[in-house]
Order: sequence, then C-alpha cells, then structure tokens
Amino acid sequence: MDKMPAWADAVLVPLISILIAAVLSALVIAALGMNPFEAFRLMVEGALMKSSGWGYTLYYATNFIFTGLAVSVAFHAKMFNIGGEGQAQIGGLGVALCCLFIPWPHWSLALIGATISAAAFGALWAYVPAILQAKRGSHIVITTIMFNFIAAALINYILVNILRPSGGMEPATATFPEAVHLPTFQDMFSTADNVLFRGSPANITFFIAILACIAVWLLIWRTRLGYEIRAFGHSETGAKYAGISPVRITVISMLISGALAGLMAINATMGEAERLVLNASEGAGFIGIAVALMGRSHPLGVFLAALLFGFLYQGGAELAFWANIPRELITVIQALVILFTGALDNFVRWPLERLFLATRKKGTA
Amino acid sequence: MTFMQKTLGTAAALALTAGAALADPALIYDLGGKFDKSFNEAAFNGAERWVKETGGSYRDIEMQSEAQREQALRRFAEAGFNPVITTGFSFAEPIKNVASDYPDTKFVNVDGFLPEIPENVSLISFQEHQGSYLVGVLAAMASETGTVGFVGGMDIPLIRHFACGYAQGAKATNPDINVIANMTGTTPAAWNDPVKGSELAKAQIGQGADVIYAAAGGTGLGVLQTAADEGIYSIGVDSNQNYLHPGSVLTSMLKRVDNAVFEAMSDGENLETGKMTTLGLAEDGVGYAVDDNNADLISDEMTAAAEEAKQKIIDGEIEVVSYYENDSCPALDF
Repeated sequence: MDKMPAWADAVLVPLISILIAAVLSALVIAALGMNPFEAFRLMVEGALMKSSGWGYTLYYATNFIFTGLAVSVAFHAKMFNIGGEGQAQIGGLGVALCCLFIPWPHWSLALIGATISAAAFGALWAYVPAILQAKRGSHIVITTIMFNFIAAALINYILVNILRPSGGMEPATATFPEAVHLPTFQDMFSTADNVLFRGSPANITFFIAILACIAVWLLIWRTRLGYEIRAFGHSETGAKYAGISPVRITVISMLISGALAGLMAINATMGEAERLVLNASEGAGFIGIAVALMGRSHPLGVFLAALLFGFLYQGGAELAFWANIPRELITVIQALVILFTGALDNFVRWPLERLFLATRKKGTA
Repeated sequence: MTFMQKTLGTAAALALTAGAALADPALIYDLGGKFDKSFNEAAFNGAERWVKETGGSYRDIEMQSEAQREQALRRFAEAGFNPVITTGFSFAEPIKNVASDYPDTKFVNVDGFLPEIPENVSLISFQEHQGSYLVGVLAAMASETGTVGFVGGMDIPLIRHFACGYAQGAKATNPDINVIANMTGTTPAAWNDPVKGSELAKAQIGQGADVIYAAAGGTGLGVLQTAADEGIYSIGVDSNQNYLHPGSVLTSMLKRVDNAVFEAMSDGENLETGKMTTLGLAEDGVGYAVDDNNADLISDEMTAAAEEAKQKIIDGEIEVVSYYENDSCPALDF
C-alpha cells in the first residue's frame, strides 16, 4: 500500500495547509507593522466569542455550504462547475419572483416555495452548459464561467428595467412582504431578557444547509444514481461499459449542482437582504470551489471548510472595523488559505505522504 | 452572556454616557473603496478637511460585502459613533432597517432614497444631471468633430442620470451633435476596469468622438488616460480630476460629496435629520471644475455659455429633465 492513512489525508493535510497560510498571513501583517497575534485575537473575538459574531460566521458559512456542495456533486462526476456564481444569482431571481408575486400566508410555506423555485432556477441555469457538454463536448469550465456573465447581465437588465420599484435609485427589487420574513437566529434563540445573535443575518436556512449536506451524502454514497455519478467520474469509458449513459449523468449531476448553488439564494436573498440586489451571490460561487477542494468533496468536509471560510469572512470584517487595516489585506489572507488548501494541495500532501511511507517502512523492516 | 459581551456592553454604555463631547463621527465607504479617485475619495477628502480644521478624529471602513452594510452600521452605532455617515445609495435600505434600533445615533446617507425618512436619518442627494448638463455644454463647444462620448460604469439608473444630463447639455448647445454613450458592464467590476474603459474610449474615438465624459469610478481613469494618449479631451467626474492629465482633461463634473461630509461632521450631533437635502447648482452641490490645469482649455466664450446655462437652470428657465422622472431620457436612448 502506497497511501497514507485516511485520517491523515482528511485531517492532517488541510490542517497543515491552514497553518502554513496562517504563518504567511502573520508575516504579511507583521510586515505592515501590525501585531499578528493582536490581529488574530480580533478575528477570533469578533467571529467566535459573541453570539452575534457567530450569527455572521454561520450566515456566510451557509452560503458556502450550498456552493461548496454544488461544486462537490459536479466534482464526483469529474466536472468542474465554476458557474455557481451565476446559478446562485439566477436562483435569487427565482426566490424574488416567488416571494414578490405569490401571496404566501406563512413563512414556512414561502420557504418551501422559495426553495423549490431557487433550486429550479439554479438548475435551469446549469442545464444549458450541461447539455452543451454532454451533447456537443463544449467544455463545462468555459461555458459555466461564461454563463456567470450572462446571468449578471440578465439580472442587471431585469432589476434596472423591470423589477425596480418606481422612484428607487438602487437597482434592486422592492422589499419582500413581511409574511415571507424568515426567522433569524435572533428570533429563534433569544429570550426576553437575553438577546442572542443580535442583528446578525444567520437564519433558518442554516438548517436547510445541514439537511442538504445529509441529502448529498445519501445521494452520493447511498443511492444508485450516486454510484453512477461516482463511476462516471472515475472512468467515463468504464461507466459506459457498465451501461451508464454519459449524457444522462452529465446532465443530472449538473442539474443537482445548479440546484444546490441556486439554494444559496434563500439564505442571501430571502434570509438576509429580503429583496434581490445586484451581485447577490458576492463571490460565494467561487469560494465554493475552494470549500469543495478543501472538504475533499465530502459533505462533512464541505461543512467544516465552509465554517472556516465563514470565520475568515466575519473575522476579516472585524479586523477591518477595529484595526484600520486596508481591506486588501483581508483578501490576501483569504487568498492564502485558498492557495494552500486548494491549489497547492500537493505541496503539503507529497512530503507528508513520503514521511508516512518512510516511517512505515522503518516499522516493518 | 459571555465575558466579551459584558465588556463590550459596558464599553458601549460608557461611550454613550460619556456624552456629546466624546462622540466621534464614523464614515462608511461603499464597495468602490476609499481611494477610487472619485466618489468615495471625495467623502474621504471631506473628512480629512474636517480633521485638519477641527482637530477631531473619526473612524472609517470600506465595505467588502452586502451583508456587512447593516453590520457596520450597527457596530458603529453600538460603539457610540455619531453621526454615522455613509456613501452610496445601497446604504439606504440597511439604514432604514437599523435606524429605529439606535434612536440616539444620527445616520447620514449620500445618494440614497427612501420613501419615508426615519427621524434620525438624513439623506443627501445631488442634482448630477444639472452638473452634467454644464459639462455637456462645454463638451459640445470644445468638440470639433461634432461627436462627443460618454463612458458610464455599471449600467444603473444613477449613471443613466449622468448621461442624460450630459446629452441634454450637448444637444442644447449644438442640436446636430452626435452623443455616443457606452456602459462598461453590468457587474460591480465595471466600476474598476480601466482597461475596458480605455477600450471603450478608443472605440468612441474611432467613431469620431473628440470629447469623452467618464462617469465610471476607477474605470474612468482608463478613459482619461486613453484620451490623453490619443490627444483628445476627456471630462472627469465627482472629484476634481483635472490634475490627472493637464491639457487633456477638459474639466470635471464636480459632485461635492466632500462638502456634504464636511458639513455633516461639523454639525455632529446637532445635525438636522428626518429630511432629504437636495444639492444642485444653486447650492454649489454640483458644478464644473476650472483650475490651473485646464484654464487654457476653457475659452471665455465657453465660460460665458456655461455660466449662462447655470444661471438659467437656477432661475428655472432651463429645465434639465431627470432620468428618474420617467425612467427615460429625452436626449438619449439607452
């Protein structure tokens, strides 16, 4: 056996990667004349030491769980869906239409309706690149990224020319009616004399994200379709030989992927903004790629990686509030984490693998 | 309740009870960023002028995501900053959402619009179409080819509003003039894409434009650069950008966000709220910039025409149609 143990692959590699990223970030912060320990303390305090900080961390994490799962499902079929951004924005359109034009009696019904609508719109937006890939061989990376721009242009057109309330300066829809207001963590967990999660945007969608994690796990490892997706991902020719239709698997896995990306909109559009604004996805579609890479395309890994990125987002915001650092620095820190956990994965894995093999040989000799 | 909450709560309570003298203003920039050489930077310049003149201090922050808007407002309000000043129309809704939770804090927003203005909120809007009309007049007079250009940032109503005033001014001066208007894009990236701005400027020059007005944030820098390289005139926006390429930047459409921020900070806690202030030509809220860098480019005749138009707009003899009135422009199709 020339592999390192599974736990090392799943836990040790990402941990060491994060550590390297943290050390490099500390060096950058120190180079700018700030105390890196103080900066780290600010991030932890702001993101994890108060319930309202958690409220933001979990809000961002919810977005990243959805987009991370979206990328993961496509990964299992060896497809690189980098269109999460566009699919999430179109999902937002689905949510907005659903919330604005259907008179929902209660938020719970609206949530179900919006979930279906967001998933359907997101899936629809992934369908065209999927069918182009399956039938015409147009590379999915190219088509999905192009569809991001088409989605942005479409949303812009619709917001500026159709859905914008008259007199409004901002390209955004009207605020959704009160009846579709989703319960936030503040509504759910606060008592009269102890307000928790004050003002933070985390809402009930977080639990839908957890359900989505479980559903994706069941789908990939416990159903026939999941088996076919994985078989197709491992070897297209092998899958064909076993009677699995490449066209069908390509389209279905992309539809699921698009639907998951679209679901992000119930968190950002229905839960937080309560109206559709421009660029509602805010790059979460791209962060999803890093989250999926770091989480090894496993729902549990995606969940943990999403929490980490949620922490980076909220901690970064706190750093900007109280430390007076340029906002570009926060982007640098986030980029370092993405670089080491995603792109430079083998940078850590290979030496570690060699180390493990060396110790094992010694043990058996 | 955690220890942090307690200490923060105490700190916030202290800051509040410490009274008027201790409350510093806070300034929140929109996604474009503090140093966009344009809209947000004008706010920064106003704040810096206030610091220089009064010796006061303030705190500022740049936004990175939509969810941070409300968060930033709440954090500053809780920490006792007053007034909390924001730039960009996207802050109007978040302010509406948080204002009632912090009745003692005054919120100021530049560019925003709310149908009902909460009691502790002050909105400041500028008559950009009036200022754009004047630079349109100047552009039409400076143009020898009879074609002038406009490069906008993101295709949103605000930018159409700029373009519309510009086209009206140009056409009022020369009815046969050809106005070419292009938008850089449909995503926020359009505010910071100087390369695309440069390409659009080149395309417009190819169609004969010899004066180009850029209302596009950071993208405009590419337009101004290309205009200077190609030897034509450009017009800057928001801040005075004449100094960027002396001899090529014909003038800049000034939007005195700096004055608005300066005054809000000077008023401090005595700021009048619950209303919308509209700053136009009459209030010197908008205008065109003339300084040493472009004095040679603006002839006496041009100055006379611009000043005459300005006076007529103030007197109501000329009515510059706002794009917002019915979401369309009489002088330009989008």
